[in-house]
Amino acid sequence: MKRKPWLLWTAGSLVYLFLYLPLVIVVVYSFNDSRLNAEWVGFTLKWYDVLFHDEQMLSAAWNSLVIGLMASVVSTVLGTMAGYAMYRYDLKLLPVLVLTPIAIPEILLGVSLLIFFVMLNISLGMLSIVLAHIAFCVGFVAIVVRSRLSGMDESLVEAARDLGATQWVAFRRVTLPLIMPGIIAGALMAFTLSIDDFVITFFTAGVDSTTLPLQIYSMIKIAVTPEVNAISTLLMLLTLVLIVVATRLAPGVFRGE
Amino acid sequence: MSTRAQKWLVSGPPLVYLLVFFAIPTLIMLLASFQYPGEYGGLAPLFGTGDPDELSGLTFESYQRFFGDAIYLGLFFKSFLYATATTLFCLLLAYPLALLITRSPKKYRDLLVLLVILPFWSNFLIRIYAWMIILGPQSLFAKGFNGFVGLFGIGPLPLLFSPIAVLIGLVYVHLPFMVLPLYANLEKHDPALLDAAQDLGASSWRRFWRITFPLSLPGVYAGSALVFIPALGIFAIPDILGGTDGILVGNLIKQQFLDSRDWPFGSVLSMILTLLAILFVGLAAWFARRK
Repeated sequence: MKRKPWLLWTAGSLVYLFLYLPLVIVVVYSFNDSRLNAEWVGFTLKWYDVLFHDEQMLSAAWNSLVIGLMASVVSTVLGTMAGYAMYRYDLKLLPVLVLTPIAIPEILLGVSLLIFFVMLNISLGMLSIVLAHIAFCVGFVAIVVRSRLSGMDESLVEAARDLGATQWVAFRRVTLPLIMPGIIAGALMAFTLSIDDFVITFFTAGVDSTTLPLQIYSMIKIAVTPEVNAISTLLMLLTLVLIVVATRLAPGVFRGE
Repeated sequence: MSTRAQKWLVSGPPLVYLLVFFAIPTLIMLLASFQYPGEYGGLAPLFGTGDPDELSGLTFESYQRFFGDAIYLGLFFKSFLYATATTLFCLLLAYPLALLITRSPKKYRDLLVLLVILPFWSNFLIRIYAWMIILGPQSLFAKGFNGFVGLFGIGPLPLLFSPIAVLIGLVYVHLPFMVLPLYANLEKHDPALLDAAQDLGASSWRRFWRITFPLSLPGVYAGSALVFIPALGIFAIPDILGGTDGILVGNLIKQQFLDSRDWPFGSVLSMILTLLAILFVGLAAWFARRK
């Protein structure tokens, strides 16, 4: 098929422009020597300086990091188990429980967990946020791990079993190393999801557990300063690194394959 | 160890976790939708102390309130319209992009897909915030736009805090959800079909409408469900980009839980949203299977 699809190229490129222009603008303005996101005045790094001296922002970043690490570790373990179980056995309930939290609007998980935590007298804070993040991260990890397992050559496990390996040894020595890139990619994905989550955190956070997205939200709502551009740029950079690494480990991981 | 024991050992922990932190909270929310609101927010007790002035037990009050006032059904309808418009615009923008990726040389395809995914994985709030800058009254875009409509004697029109801003935000945030399933579908099409149609004299327009588009319908349904359902419950986008009258169902739910603290009514709204989400997932699955 040799056609000159100039119309398609133009339309497609415009859509890419639509996807990237807003992000580029945020990055550019983070270096702008003006309090307003309007005209370009001159290059400065002062918003990054402001950012690194902003106590609230730094403590929010720390909270996000702690929550992200805890949520991603637990959800990686649970998600790997779920992915393996869904691949190996014919289960009815587990796939529904794993996939529904991802499919429904986020706000529903947020408010139902809010009622749940208050009812059980679990105070809203770091713990409640971590528990909530695990609930939606498990599904993403499970999907990645299961897809990695489906791509695995099952005869390798059978060969190990024929050669006398117990089921556990076959899993430890054959299956696990083979799906490890998928597991790591899933963990990075869970960490990214946790660090970036706004909606569910918004409902399950307490007074002393402000995360980066919550901090950004209150800055956007109250007074926008170019400091928001600076933190946004850094967060985008972090996400970019995580995704590129994850995509290297398991191609297609972020496509929901 | 028996297979049965193994099965439970592996599937047990995630199953229990999701039962406790997803299924049970959802059931509690269902129960809460039948309770009375508490005196100081939250919920009134299920079992009263016997004090006649105290509200306790179960009631249909919140459901009656919902169905008794057209405002609430109207708000669901408004959210439905926004979600539908978002889905259509996403489809319109995603299709050329997905086709472009499919028809690019194989070695570039992964990179082009990655370029669609990257903005999707950058922080949701940042992506909305970016539009605050673009649509803000001092931006080049807003000035240019108002200069243009000014030629026709219209305006200046506020772009930010308007329904247009909300729609742009919704489309921007959900676009990758539409591109990926569409691409996954388009990639599988057999190019020989298009060649055959071309040999038989079909124009490129006709080839698209008679072959590519009908074959891509499962991808269209999957993408539409992935865009429509989250868009239906969104609250942050109207909250940040919308005006005071721009609220959608998600905002009303947020208000009930955090501002006016009428949890039973908030639970009613959430349960109805849940039912709608399940309904649309089912519809999309049914359409996709029916071909």
